[in-house]
Amino acid sequence: MDYYDVIIIGAGVVGCLTARALSRYRLRVLLLEKASDVGTGATKSNTAIVHAGYDPLPGTNKARFNVLGNKIYPQLCAELNVPYSRQGDYVVALSQEEMRTLEELRERGQRNGVPGLEIVSSDQVRRAEPALTPKALGALWAPTGGIVDPFLLTIAAAENSVANGVRLLLETEALGFVEEETGEREEETSERKEGRRIVGVHTNRGRRKGRKGGTFHCRWVVNCAGLHADEVMAQVGLDGFTIRPRKAEYYVFDKAKSVVETVLFPCPTPISKGILVTPTTHGNTLIGPNAHNIEDKGDRAVTAQGLAEVLRGARKLVPSLEPRDVIAVFAGLRPSGSTGDFLMEVPREVQGFVNLAGIESPGLTAAPAIAQWVVEALQDHGLEMEEKWEYNPIRPGPPRFSELSRREQATLIEEDPRYGRIVCRCEMVTEGEIVRAIHAPVPARTYDAIKRRTRCGTGRCQGGFDTPRAIKILARELGISPLEVTKKGPGSELVKRCVAM
Amino acid sequence: MRRDVAVIGGGPAGLAAAIGARERGAHHVLVIERAEELGGILPQCIHNGFGVEVFGEDLTGPTYAQRYIDRASELGVEALLDTTVLEVSGWRRITATNRRNGILEIEAGAIVLAMGCRERPRGTLGIPGTRPAGVYTAGTAQRLVNMEGYMPGERFVILGSGDIGMIMARRLTFEGARVERVLEIQPFLSGLMRNYVQCLQDFDIPLQLSHTVVDIRGDRRVEAVVAAEVDPNWQPIPGTEELIPCDTLLLSVGLIPENEVSRQAGVELDGATGGPYVDERFQTSVPGIFAAGNVVHVYDLVDDVSHAGDIAGASAAEFALGRREEPTRRVRLRAGENIRYIAPQVLDPEGLRRGAQRLQMRVRRPIEAPVYLRVETRRRNRRKKGEVLVRRGLRYVRPGEMVSLTLPESVCSQVREADELWVSVEERGG
Amino acid sequence: MAERRGLICITCPMGCQLDVLFDPQTGRVLEIEGHGCKRARSYAQKELTNPTRMVTTTVRVRGGMWPLVPVHTAAPIAKSAIFPLLRELRQVEVQAPVRCGQVILANGAGTGVDVLASRDLPAMDIVSLRNICVGRANVLNRGARRDR
Repeated sequence: MDYYDVIIIGAGVVGCLTARALSRYRLRVLLLEKASDVGTGATKSNTAIVHAGYDPLPGTNKARFNVLGNKIYPQLCAELNVPYSRQGDYVVALSQEEMRTLEELRERGQRNGVPGLEIVSSDQVRRAEPALTPKALGALWAPTGGIVDPFLLTIAAAENSVANGVRLLLETEALGFVEEETGEREEETSERKEGRRIVGVHTNRGRRKGRKGGTFHCRWVVNCAGLHADEVMAQVGLDGFTIRPRKAEYYVFDKAKSVVETVLFPCPTPISKGILVTPTTHGNTLIGPNAHNIEDKGDRAVTAQGLAEVLRGARKLVPSLEPRDVIAVFAGLRPSGSTGDFLMEVPREVQGFVNLAGIESPGLTAAPAIAQWVVEALQDHGLEMEEKWEYNPIRPGPPRFSELSRREQATLIEEDPRYGRIVCRCEMVTEGEIVRAIHAPVPARTYDAIKRRTRCGTGRCQGGFDTPRAIKILARELGISPLEVTKKGPGSELVKRCVAM
Repeated sequence: MRRDVAVIGGGPAGLAAAIGARERGAHHVLVIERAEELGGILPQCIHNGFGVEVFGEDLTGPTYAQRYIDRASELGVEALLDTTVLEVSGWRRITATNRRNGILEIEAGAIVLAMGCRERPRGTLGIPGTRPAGVYTAGTAQRLVNMEGYMPGERFVILGSGDIGMIMARRLTFEGARVERVLEIQPFLSGLMRNYVQCLQDFDIPLQLSHTVVDIRGDRRVEAVVAAEVDPNWQPIPGTEELIPCDTLLLSVGLIPENEVSRQAGVELDGATGGPYVDERFQTSVPGIFAAGNVVHVYDLVDDVSHAGDIAGASAAEFALGRREEPTRRVRLRAGENIRYIAPQVLDPEGLRRGAQRLQMRVRRPIEAPVYLRVETRRRNRRKKGEVLVRRGLRYVRPGEMVSLTLPESVCSQVREADELWVSVEERGG
Repeated sequence: MAERRGLICITCPMGCQLDVLFDPQTGRVLEIEGHGCKRARSYAQKELTNPTRMVTTTVRVRGGMWPLVPVHTAAPIAKSAIFPLLRELRQVEVQAPVRCGQVILANGAGTGVDVLASRDLPAMDIVSLRNICVGRANVLNRGARRDR
């Protein structure tokens, strides 16, 4: 049956958390994602920070949903078994002028409802973070700031949604919408007004089989299309809002060279929070991002100048950072909206459409609160929400061999010997974990999908040892030839042909 | 499980150590190997050039390994395969895992660390560009081609003129692929000249020195790389960029000793080598834990690795059997002018009474002219002038070719008086 | 009319750059410069008249622990025979177990030189491969005969 109450476009962190929030109710929900995996857009490549909320301007959506979202995180991550930690932020001042900015930030934060903000002295912050530059004059301490693994949050939310009845379709792109004319009486003037309502989504599904299939009918569409949210808006006739990609480049450091325990921010500038030095939930140190507007929404190349800029910026905070300790670099794109704030609306111009656009930083932090807002908005606009008694918010995390005790490891291997074979030596990831990821409710079908779920290939050797083994495992478990195993979907096959043929 | 000597790693160093331990009298010797078979990296090194010193023959890697595997088998060395070491405690207890046994605890009288090395990946170079499929380190590609039987691509660019890169250039050409270019950031060849002739020149594969990759293009799969010339500081020279279409980039840009387990066992590591501090008997800073092979520093010849493994294994056996005498004094070896590192880093002066001592080192900068390698003593109080113990003439020195120097027994008394020994490169005047 | 060619001598790792004057009809070396020792001349002579190389590659295997076995020529062969030999080897498939030194292809590409296996390769099905964990170092010799 191709009829749904709600169709969500885009399975990033916002889309998956929205799906989960809706899955609590007796609704038919369809989550569409055009890539081969969830969370491959802005969700995947960001600083992974759960912001405290002192930075956004008071009265904006960003401010409101940042602070609301931040409060939800501890319980959310506990329910979904996602790595999260609330270690607090320091915003570091390197000049007297910046010390004044800290005061402004504190006030702003207080207006936004951020608890516990405090200006601390240079001694205090340097005691907490010995690697911090001696030029630090003081810092703003925000105890509710934290870090999360954004991809694991997204996959967990997706799996929990599916477990609670949401249908997830990957490699399914929304190509257009089915509209209906509606005639409605405007309340005040009693004029009959022509209106439009979205009642369905055309997708690329079923096209391959030759028939023009793949249209799903619905009562509501929620636009969670991230970088492409403005394109979706244009398809339903909403203009006046554009999304420009703003590139963010990062360095990842070797775990053995971790230098910070809390998140260190520089004083923010008007366009960005600056280049941070932060721990990740996996024990690496991450530095970045810079911020440059670009044209091409597909351009995630790291640039030499960008990397140099990131290193320079990070060294202002932590001078001891050494390029030789870097193990990886990557870039992400922020979906920057033209209004500068989150666009969150149920537009009047077209019905049956909930619009979320421009969800850039602090989007990750705000996501759980945005999801709640969607639920409320739908309720307010007449969608009946009956709670499901069988809704289960808990999603048990997959076993991480490297984090278990010896006894737990032994038991695990006894149950399934594949947990006794280490495939990724640097991160201690076992064959059992990889196989499990391949057969999970939101399955890993590519090397990168395995990497995001299990940490395989993210360590010091960056896949040098595990790649040949991972290819064999994927081929075996998916029942395909190793020549068909890809890094990130069709077109990215890892090996081209057999030898000696 | 208790063993006299446990060797972590079943490659050439580990096998030689296991054999050395058995030959020295250790009863129960165990090799723990994470792969499905013994041999370490050798089974995938199908080219020849191995064993010239040890066997007086020119063997392929797999054949060289087979000799050691057969000998180990003859001697009754045990092997745990498909088994990964999770942890080593300072009390010489090893925790390992495999599918059949689950979690294993092994108590060892002595341990030899022989985990070899890993390759430097793209991330450490910070090569700009996209992250498509088709970027491999040369060793991973070698494994795919020679063991699994898959070609990673059809059209290659190789970054780094190290031996692995050049060997793979030939191998890929044999398999019908095109190697478009080999790029080397240094102004000199990284690997052996013979490989340049037999792997690149023979097949008209162009080599560009003082060049590097400044961009990788392609969204899903590599489509091209951008090469550029670099200045003496390795900075790309604007205007020299060249787009080279290809579908695979192979990286042969350095090997790093694999010391995850060593570090966690509390063994002190030398920043210059990336491996443990060892003495002339290859004991690390932790008594009873020895180390040999590429895990200590990266070697050029497997023959030298086997030699080191043999010494380490013999020492481990002596320790396990309670026969090792701990030295009362140690002399530190220091890297002087143009020396990047030396191994061993620490010496027992009395060891020279037992026999001449071999030192191995690499230089920082190449000098294509005759030089001297000089070892001199220094005392900390500096009052007494240092004495030159050895001065060895060489026709040239290159970072890609490890150099050996022997301290003869005759200098024993001088070494005894010294606090440090400094090794330096001296240019020959005139 | 004498011809000139630059060669790199590979007899030892020094890699002297040779400047060689030779008779193109006979290939005989007339003059040589840039050499560090006497061996350069015979190397240059050989390279100009009959360059040979050791060839190492892999051959497909049925029923073995790996799908390929590494092989090598028993002696260097003429450079011109390299690719014909590789083509011939591509047609060969060996049944496991394979013994180190076993003749995989006799008189490869008509050179008179045999191509030999570089290692033992045991016969192994998937089940045995799964149970490989424990054994003596000679676990690889299971199924392959030793005679040395």
